[in-house]
Amino acid sequence: MNQHIVWRMDNVSPLRIEIASLGAKETVAVRGPLTLPYATELAERMGSLTADRPVCIDLSGVTRFDTSAAWVLMKLQHRITAADQDIEIIGAGDGPASLLKTVALAMPHPTDVVRTPLALVDRLAGLGEAVAGGIRFLLALIGYFGVFLSRLARSIRHPSEFRFTALVHHCEEVGFKAVPIVALMAFLIGVVLAFQGSAQLRQFGAEVFVVDLIAISILRELGILLTSIIVAGRSASAFTAAIGSMKMREEIDAMRSLGLDPAMILFVPRILALFIMLPILGLVANLMGLLGGGLMAWVELGISPAMFATRLVDGTDVSHVFVGMIKAPVFALIIGVVGCHAGMQVKSNAESLGQMTSASVVTAIFAVIVADALFSIFFAQIGV
Amino acid sequence: MTLTNPSREVVISIRGLRNQFGSQVVHENLDLDIYRGEIVGVVGGSGTGKSVLLRTIVGLNPPAAGSVTVLGDDVLDEEDTTRHNAEARWGVMFQDGALFSSLTVRENVEVPMRAVEGLDPEIRSALADLKISMVGLPYLAGDKYPSELSGGMRKRAGLARALALDPPILFLDEPTAGLDPIGAAEFDVLIRGLSRALDLTVFLVTHDLDTLHAVCDRIAVLADHRVLVSGTMRDMLAVDHPWVHEYFHGPRARAALDTKKSANRPTGS
Repeated sequence: MNQHIVWRMDNVSPLRIEIASLGAKETVAVRGPLTLPYATELAERMGSLTADRPVCIDLSGVTRFDTSAAWVLMKLQHRITAADQDIEIIGAGDGPASLLKTVALAMPHPTDVVRTPLALVDRLAGLGEAVAGGIRFLLALIGYFGVFLSRLARSIRHPSEFRFTALVHHCEEVGFKAVPIVALMAFLIGVVLAFQGSAQLRQFGAEVFVVDLIAISILRELGILLTSIIVAGRSASAFTAAIGSMKMREEIDAMRSLGLDPAMILFVPRILALFIMLPILGLVANLMGLLGGGLMAWVELGISPAMFATRLVDGTDVSHVFVGMIKAPVFALIIGVVGCHAGMQVKSNAESLGQMTSASVVTAIFAVIVADALFSIFFAQIGV
Repeated sequence: MTLTNPSREVVISIRGLRNQFGSQVVHENLDLDIYRGEIVGVVGGSGTGKSVLLRTIVGLNPPAAGSVTVLGDDVLDEEDTTRHNAEARWGVMFQDGALFSSLTVRENVEVPMRAVEGLDPEIRSALADLKISMVGLPYLAGDKYPSELSGGMRKRAGLARALALDPPILFLDEPTAGLDPIGAAEFDVLIRGLSRALDLTVFLVTHDLDTLHAVCDRIAVLADHRVLVSGTMRDMLAVDHPWVHEYFHGPRARAALDTKKSANRPTGS
């Protein structure tokens, strides 16, 4: 028994099963290998035996025998004895006999799990559960924001506890290293706006208004919103993955047991770095967007850079820049808090790390867009 | 203490093995034979390359030099057919079970069986249940995900997956590490029982002196980049090498030996 498995190379089965009825008794002679690849065949043939007379199984011609065969024979034995007939297994060598005994002891007894159909009440309860979960999630985020604020206040009172090196490191990671992608993105958005805008405005001979179009849309909305979305994708996931893997390997617990405050060490530098760097990234995006738009306006519509600049200064109120930039720190806080919170929710397995990382990106982007919409309504109401 | 014994069938044969990471030599001219049906425990200090040896035999770590033959096939031969054939000949249980976390325990055990052509899915799932039951897990554990199991249960589930194809050789990496003494002793009994019932050849890497006493037929000691000695527990006690002497005569070894003696006495053996 227990040779290695022979992979079936052809359709000719070396298994020979002969079923003969001798008097009132059914005799099954099995020859050949009884291993996993032949388990299906064996099970089918054994299933065809009727349980209305005694059965004798002769294994003397079996060359190999593994647990799958033992399982099939045990299943058969259960079925035959359940029908009050005798079953006899003869010709099994020492190996197969001991294997049969082991498998007989280990036969699983399925425990029926009672499944009740979902009633309307259960569905309602599920809905309520989901709503309550959503509210709990929001409260938890607010709680994390509060923790961040309290630790920030603490680091003002006790500056020695503040991790300045970590802050600089994270500023480089979330800010400086994001400049190329943010700049390229904003430049291309500027190009696209100029191109699309000119195609439409040309119909009215109002090409020059493309400058207003580019300036207002980029400065007020797109520059900072798209930057936030890119940063949410880059940094929220990085925060979650970094904090989550520390949580997974119990590093966070180790910190707590050493009297170190994870919020002070992990959250404050990360969120503060975003808070500082996102407005700067937004400014970079604004400039690059205007540059891209101006370039395209020059190429496509012949609006010279000097004219673009004049038109920009005359026609666009500086309040648009402020409206855009004031959103940046808020978005930064949202991204940072969501990223850190998701990292702390990671359990001790690799799968939850992946789940929380993608959840943190989706939540951060979604929350940023919701916040942007709320800002729009607010500014429309106060008439800025 | 002999390395070769011509009267028994050799299933794993390692000759002149050399493993090296950068300038750090782990194994140098290492020879080892494993015979059919025996349970070999590999011990050695930290950094002597016990796990590296296991990984080399199962083909996860290509060595710098030497040959590894399992059941007559060269493991290091790159030809896929040989490898494919060889992979059905052994099961490996990694330290923490290494279960696929996105699959339930039953699905984990079914993974190796999926490669078997013509196996009915219902039979496959029932056989997985049988393997789960054979390693001593309750029936309902089959529906659980690895993250919902305790460390000991994960190890058992990993063992069930390693045994899915009824391999003749079983590799165990630190089978009792991280288990409480009762769980570890149960696991020792399980390995011993399964290896007898399924006629397994077992290669296990361990630190656990109790496991060595309770399970292993033969002990191989890794030191000075090679297999320093191999033999029974009695042979080990007579070895003069400082590390081996310290290991098998230290306070923990004596305690393990005492438990073994007192456990044997009431049964009259």
